[in-house]
Amino acid sequence: MSDNQGSADSYWAKNLRLIGTCLVIWALASFGFAILLRPLVSGIAVGGTDLGFWFAQQGSILVFLVLIFFYAWRMNAIDREHGVDEE
Amino acid sequence: MDQTTLNFIVVGLSFALYFGIAIWARAGSTSEFYAAGRGVNPVLNGMATAADWMSAASFISMAGLIAFVGYNNSLFLMGWTGGYVLMAMLLAPYLRKFGKFTVPEFVGDRYYSNTARVVAVICLIVISVTYVIGQMRGAGIAFSRFLEIDIFWGLITAGAVVFVYAVLGGMKGITYTQVAQYCVLIIAYTIPAIFISLNLTGNPIPGLGLFSTMSPGNAGEGQHLLVVLDQLLTDLGFREYTATTNPWLMALYTLSLMIGTAGLPHVIIRFFTVPKVADARWSAGWALVFIALLYLTAPAVGAMARLNITTTMWPAGIEGEAVAVDELPDWFETWQVTGLLGVEDKNGDGKIQYYNDANPDMAAIAAERGWEGNELVTFNRDILVLANPEIAQLPGWVIALIAAGGIAAALSTAAGLLLAISSAISHDLIKSVFNPGISEKGELLAARISMAVAICVAVYLGLNPPGFAAQVVALAFGLAAATLFPTLMMGIFSKRMNSAGATAGMLAGLITTCLYLFLYLGFFFIPGTAVLDSSQYLFGIPPTHFGPIGAVFNFAVAYAVANATAAPPQHIQDLVESVRIPRGAGAAVDH
Repeated sequence: MSDNQGSADSYWAKNLRLIGTCLVIWALASFGFAILLRPLVSGIAVGGTDLGFWFAQQGSILVFLVLIFFYAWRMNAIDREHGVDEE
Repeated sequence: MDQTTLNFIVVGLSFALYFGIAIWARAGSTSEFYAAGRGVNPVLNGMATAADWMSAASFISMAGLIAFVGYNNSLFLMGWTGGYVLMAMLLAPYLRKFGKFTVPEFVGDRYYSNTARVVAVICLIVISVTYVIGQMRGAGIAFSRFLEIDIFWGLITAGAVVFVYAVLGGMKGITYTQVAQYCVLIIAYTIPAIFISLNLTGNPIPGLGLFSTMSPGNAGEGQHLLVVLDQLLTDLGFREYTATTNPWLMALYTLSLMIGTAGLPHVIIRFFTVPKVADARWSAGWALVFIALLYLTAPAVGAMARLNITTTMWPAGIEGEAVAVDELPDWFETWQVTGLLGVEDKNGDGKIQYYNDANPDMAAIAAERGWEGNELVTFNRDILVLANPEIAQLPGWVIALIAAGGIAAALSTAAGLLLAISSAISHDLIKSVFNPGISEKGELLAARISMAVAICVAVYLGLNPPGFAAQVVALAFGLAAATLFPTLMMGIFSKRMNSAGATAGMLAGLITTCLYLFLYLGFFFIPGTAVLDSSQYLFGIPPTHFGPIGAVFNFAVAYAVANATAAPPQHIQDLVESVRIPRGAGAAVDH
């Protein structure tokens, strides 16, 4: 029982860490490069404008997509490692 | 064959398809009515979610919303997609594991309280009803513009079509119709965009074309499209397309839309329809793929259409003569009839000068060149999408597809919202609170009646929209962000959160958000009752941006109250443990 509980706790801790990592990237791609950090990356030219503009209208959405699929793939693997996946 | 007849045929064919699906996907049980029997393939659910999510506003207005403001309004693109990251990681898989039918049901069961359940139902109904008014309005306008029928009959038709597949099929009928509606709307949106992008830049992918150089034969050949557009707009006295104004407010509004999106009940319940927790995770990704197809295209459509219309007005460049009244293209004449475009030759020179006459810097140039004000007096932002096929000189059937696409976007979102409303009434109010002994058959009938009543109310509100319809959309996002999202998230991520804490938190979010909106926009949006005006915003925050702050109030009050009261009972803590792991989700299927 205590082993089960230990495994459940470490499963949840891994999930929280994964979510944390993904959300940092999520914030960096949208609030970061696209908005608040735009002046920092304004030196990088992309198609007639700067990197921040590209992030605001294209890049952030592409990053969101990658993040969701990455999370699904990692989580489904972690489910199996901990034996809590659906049969 | 004239255009209106063609529009009727294409729209009619799309309706025939929806009816066919409705007959095939009849719901035989409450599980099918509320959650499509939890048998929906995750990719198809992603498609249905995309149609559910993308409303008439996304389809018709968003490109214009971006094109007329430029960079700053990218916040709509990020806000309305970034919420899916939150939903995929913080809500959808766990709520699917919980294995029930509605959002208030999770709140009521997790917080072992009918008070919490009823507060959640109230939040859900306020959010969804305000949203559905906009959809009915959008459907009515699409009908009247393309099919030239009265807005009254347009709305009656829209209501009748939704009635057939939503009352008959519930979630099952709605899901498969939404899949078809997604296909119609994405084809309608992307075909004109591809042709316009090819025309201007030679790149068939609009999202790439936006950052490419102008192809030979266009003004500004060899220069980047965005450079040409920036130059053109600043020369005419408009704001530079790629300029930033207030980054902190932009970030706050983006966050408000993201949290609000993640907390919208009609989207959350879509993830109850897939067979497994793992599917719910994948399905959120697929939903964003299908949404991104439109959202990555929209900024290109906006920028390119604005460029096209501006160069139409100045065929010889800004240094040359403006377009002559009798040389305006045919599509311009067509849309003038609808009142979305309008010209007025103020200085009587037979030419139409389009520039920003509100910009004081333009006064000297105007005086020198004999301009007496901007003569493109009406320039509705919806025109950027609606007139696209004609600007690109595409055949009539593409124009007809835009009509079918706009109607599909409005109907699919309306149906999803109506299901969220009717299931909250039949399942959470009738079955859980008033009449727990109701039979399966009785509940299915109650669900169908609730749906029929909700459709009638929506049609009525679409015909007689309250004067505050525009402000209320901000209310819907703000409320979803401040009430449902924090409450659902704490229900999963905090075992210590109890009934008193969650209820107090929801009420705190609800009250602070409403109060902030009412103070500036009028109590219940009644004109003249606003106490404060826009120069007195707290820390300069407009009411539309308030969602995240309401959410902070919700979290803070909930934690304070929960820590001062007893921990939730053991079986609730076990319930939280069980929603956190996927195993056993199959057992929940039969409820």
